[in-house]
Amino acid sequence: MMRMLEIKNLHAGVEGKRILNGVNLTINAGEVHAIMGPNGSGKSTLAAVLAGRDGYEITEGQVLYQGKDLLEMDPEERAREGVFLAFQYPIEIPGVNSAYFLKSALNEVRKHQGLPELDAIDFLTLVKEKMKVLDLREDFLKRSVNEGFSGGEKKKNEIFQMAILEPKLAVLDETDSGLDIDALRIVAEGVNKLRRRDNSQLVITHYQRLLEYIIPDFVHVLADGRIVRSGTKGLALELEERGYDWIVKGEARGAARPTEAQPA
Amino acid sequence: MIYTNGAETMKETDPYLVEFERFDKPGAGGEPSWVYPIRKAGMARFAELGFPKLHDEDWRFTNVAPIAKLPFLPLLDPSEHRLKAADLAAFHFMEIPATRLVFVDGHFSSQLSQMLPSNKRAYVGSLAAALAENHPALEKHLGQHARTEKNAFTSLNSAFFTDGAFIHLPQGIALENPVHLLFISTGPEAGATSFPRNLVVAEPGSQLTLLESYVGASPNAYFTNAVTEFVVADNAVVEHCKFQDEAQPSFHMAALHVDLGRSANFISHSIAVGALLSRNNIHTALNGPGVECILNGLYLTKDHQLADHWMFVEHVRPNCNSHEYFNGILDGNSKGVFHGRIYVHQAAQKTDAKQTNKNLLLSDNATIDTKPQLEIYADDVKCTHGATVGQLNEDAIFYLRARGIGLDTARRMLIHSFAGEITDRVRFEPLRTQLDQVIWDRLEQNEHVAVK
Repeated sequence: MMRMLEIKNLHAGVEGKRILNGVNLTINAGEVHAIMGPNGSGKSTLAAVLAGRDGYEITEGQVLYQGKDLLEMDPEERAREGVFLAFQYPIEIPGVNSAYFLKSALNEVRKHQGLPELDAIDFLTLVKEKMKVLDLREDFLKRSVNEGFSGGEKKKNEIFQMAILEPKLAVLDETDSGLDIDALRIVAEGVNKLRRRDNSQLVITHYQRLLEYIIPDFVHVLADGRIVRSGTKGLALELEERGYDWIVKGEARGAARPTEAQPA
Repeated sequence: MIYTNGAETMKETDPYLVEFERFDKPGAGGEPSWVYPIRKAGMARFAELGFPKLHDEDWRFTNVAPIAKLPFLPLLDPSEHRLKAADLAAFHFMEIPATRLVFVDGHFSSQLSQMLPSNKRAYVGSLAAALAENHPALEKHLGQHARTEKNAFTSLNSAFFTDGAFIHLPQGIALENPVHLLFISTGPEAGATSFPRNLVVAEPGSQLTLLESYVGASPNAYFTNAVTEFVVADNAVVEHCKFQDEAQPSFHMAALHVDLGRSANFISHSIAVGALLSRNNIHTALNGPGVECILNGLYLTKDHQLADHWMFVEHVRPNCNSHEYFNGILDGNSKGVFHGRIYVHQAAQKTDAKQTNKNLLLSDNATIDTKPQLEIYADDVKCTHGATVGQLNEDAIFYLRARGIGLDTARRMLIHSFAGEITDRVRFEPLRTQLDQVIWDRLEQNEHVAVK
């Protein structure tokens, strides 16, 4: 099985504050992993570090993406190599037309992969097909990127971009936050349609709700910047029933269990 | 400025008084006699005011001494130019189907103009021609809306105007086609001055889309001094765009005065990309309740250009909304100036007034002076203003990079988007599309924008 992502003993922080304290995680091609955890456990930091956001300090550890040193790459290089972050808070960019933005992004990725750039007609055909999947309004392409979008539209737009760019590794950062149940279902269906044997998804969420729709192969609990428990989807249900305290407190007592559910 | 000429001491305004002689009697040049007092008052006011100085609060950041120093060579008669209709293709917005009135050095050219079929009751044509036939709407409005008392340039225009556009839309008339006023300056020599004067009267319930573009191709320091008076009566809907792309060594002073009636809907775009020194005075008087007024502007400057926008938004009656959005992108040693004054009269309760001025400085030597001002005499109002000066949004850059777009391209897209925020508000689609293209090309010529 191909190793998609290997996070080894990752320590990271921001402005001198330590947030990740030795994260270990291996994701193989074709797998969907979920990372759950209470607020402040480091979930979003992990997503930001994987995408290459400025301002984070990596103090220890390593991240390999398809065997390459991910942390050495610029954000755009990561994206071109097939890493995608669905933002928790997508940025509004007034004045940048959505169609223009998407076409530029797609053609950058295609160029990097040695594929010919898509012309306007092929691009439109592709886009219209993917728009249907996510139930996006027709005028969407004419609007500025995320400008004036509702919370649900912004999240749909993230998954829509993912559908266009077809990443190898998608990191979904709290994609369920701010979604009503209908939007959640549409977004989850969109994500599921993109699931293939040669790509992987890392779903970061606070609640189990999203995982009813995006069924993970593995569930990990992040607390105090470390993965303190790993299991299968049953773990998510257990967290839903019992909350995080029992694990977090157990961890505080030094009772972290071996991560037997981790793929070899 | 005082200088001596032979034995006499001349004031800086004296050469203007000399040139004024040809207008200095009622009915001069075949005009209706009621025009004379307007000219006379303009001349007198200019002689009193002289050119504005830096100690004048409204001109603190814009030094017009270079204009005062120019020889005064008013282009009072149609110049001999060799422009042919085919030459107009060099200018922007010519592909937009429109009734196009073309003025060369301030004088109407019927050969270059193009009239599309229009409502027979509407008047769309040359002001000089309308004056010659003493169109009934003229006397009531011409010179009645522009404020000359504080503005020397508006006063000068009132004294010397020769031609421009006159548009009169009777009640309930919506013009099928937009109107494009194209002012071409040939700038035959330094100090050559044209005085375009436009009057637009949109009677109740009428609708109009109007583009004014000012262009020039000249190596000389010519001067355009333009005034546009606008009456937008009750329930009338007007979209107006002024595009200033004068030749780089030139000077451009313009004033727009708008009188808005009950529930009028007025949006005006000011795009300033040309001239060495330009100033746009915009005065909107919200004289009826329920008015919607948007002033939207963009200035792009580089080298040693200066672009100044001065605005006075006057809320006279209750329940009106006014928004000003002005963005500037400044490069090189250029300078931007923004004065935005919102004045809310005591009777103007439930006013909702907003103003933003955002500036992007692309070089360390570019500067901006921005001065928002609120003066409020009513107690139940919502007024906000904000100004920003700065660089690009880091979060937006990261978002674009996270999608595979390189740093340089991301920066470039955001600079364009900064302009796009403004052009997005243009409602008339063919104009918006072309304006986007023009602005895009102009920005790409900037050394700090294009990807190396």
